Amino acid sequence: MSASQGSTNTNTEPWGSFDDNIIQGSGSAVIDMENMDDTSGSSFEDMGEIHQRMKEEEEVTAEAAATEEDNGEYGEFLGMKGLKGQLGRQVADEVWQAGKRQASKAFNLYANIDILRPYFDVEPNQVRNRLVESLIPVRMINFPQKVAGELYGPMMLVFTMVAILLHGMKTSGTVIREGTLMGTAIGTCFGYWLGVSSFIYFLAYLCNAQITMLQMLSLLGYGLFSHCMVLFITYNVHFHSLFYILWLVIGGLSTLRMVAVLISRTVGQTPRLILCGTLAALHMLFLLYLHFAYHKMVEGILDTLEGPNIPPIQRVARDVPVVANAVVNATIKSIAAVVQSQ
Amino acid sequence: MAEVEESSKPLFAGLSDISISEDIPVEGDISVPVGSQNPDDDFSTLDEPVKDTILRDLRAVGQKFVHVLYPKKSSALLKDWDLWGPLLLCVTLALMLQGGSADSGEDGRPQFAEVFVIIWFGSVIITLNSKLLGGTISFFQSLCVLGYCILPLTVAMIVCRIVLLGALSSVSFVVRLIVVTASFSWSTFASTAFLADSQPANRKALVVYPVFLFYFVIGWMILTFSPSP
Repeated sequence: MSASQGSTNTNTEPWGSFDDNIIQGSGSAVIDMENMDDTSGSSFEDMGEIHQRMKEEEEVTAEAAATEEDNGEYGEFLGMKGLKGQLGRQVADEVWQAGKRQASKAFNLYANIDILRPYFDVEPNQVRNRLVESLIPVRMINFPQKVAGELYGPMMLVFTMVAILLHGMKTSGTVIREGTLMGTAIGTCFGYWLGVSSFIYFLAYLCNAQITMLQMLSLLGYGLFSHCMVLFITYNVHFHSLFYILWLVIGGLSTLRMVAVLISRTVGQTPRLILCGTLAALHMLFLLYLHFAYHKMVEGILDTLEGPNIPPIQRVARDVPVVANAVVNATIKSIAAVVQSQ
Repeated sequence: MAEVEESSKPLFAGLSDISISEDIPVEGDISVPVGSQNPDDDFSTLDEPVKDTILRDLRAVGQKFVHVLYPKKSSALLKDWDLWGPLLLCVTLALMLQGGSADSGEDGRPQFAEVFVIIWFGSVIITLNSKLLGGTISFFQSLCVLGYCILPLTVAMIVCRIVLLGALSSVSFVVRLIVVTASFSWSTFASTAFLADSQPANRKALVVYPVFLFYFVIGWMILTFSPSP
């Protein structure tokens, strides 16, 4: 890809000859193994070899001394390897280059946000139109309906719903013991969007529906617009009948739209039934769950409509002082009994 | 193939005649650079006393604060970005939002880590969003701008804290609501003055909305803060 910055490129052969640049110490990919430390023992033949090598090293170091002067410590550290530590530095240099190459390759492959760029290519009026269209069910179900594949609108809707949920959790006085408010809100919203999208996409794959994952994410994301609206209104105005009406009307419209789009892309009665039934059920039940899970306890209204409804996240603290009192009393009684018996 | 070679022969045929005349001295010094050159030899800040470094950084941060408070069309925030200011503001805000005792019974207040994570994750997401929409601003520049524009909200937090030293009545709530709303719109306006310039003209609304949501969530956290009794 890029020519190495510091090293000379003496390619005399097509595959790139061995570069004899041990002395210069520039980072080449070839290590001359001749001068590796040979620890094969101290046999007689080896001693001769060692002597020969030491003489060669003296000649080489005499040349190398002119170019480098600060390798004294490396030479001593590597023992008889001499060559003023060129080997160590070369290895370190090469490891660094290889690591850098790997890291930049991985980074370009995975952290390249340009992969997502085409899905964010929208205009504001397009987003506004799609938001409004998400509440209008289509009439024509014999012809596959067009689904926009963008991610900006859905993501913004999910974050808006996180903000609304946070508000709802605060005003309902929800107490979350193990976890944080923000974490729960984000987890709920993103979990619903990604999880239900994947599940419906899997069902669509089983039922042979013509829809891609991106389109499913986009469809469900825009379907959250109805949830945002209903929750925004009902977290502030606490009338149960109002909530039920809004749940049916607005939630129903959004569900009908998603269902119509899916029907238009599926063939056969049973697959249509399975797919759309599942989606409708999940969508409507999610809105119901969000309302009642983080609902402000208004006394009187609740008692008339349903029983005491403890929000599922709220944990009721155990009555610790009573237990502690009981334990202390029991201990004192037992101690008194022991003392009296003595 | 043969014709190509023949036609290319005249092109390169004359190369063998090139020779370097002797009166042009060809000599020089070829040395392979060993070890990295020190790029800032003449501007080494390693030897100055620590007080100088800290004062210089603090002055830069203070200057950027002034730019946020009076948002003009200047590029000081963008040219030399730094993340000291956002860190300072974030830690201050998180500490003040934590309130008194850490383990009170009604733990509806955000924890320190929660505020920290919200601010930094929110900034990262807004930055990614603006980059994906075709922005020309770099990642850290955007983080810097978003972090510095939390300053009005931090000021609002201090004011709210002072107001809450008095009675917890509806008047104090109205005052706090006004202060937080004003500072949140100031933050949004200040950050869009810097961020929206880097976007194509018709997409400014797409970038402004997440910024609005981000500062809205922080402002709402400040507004619903109530100190421990």
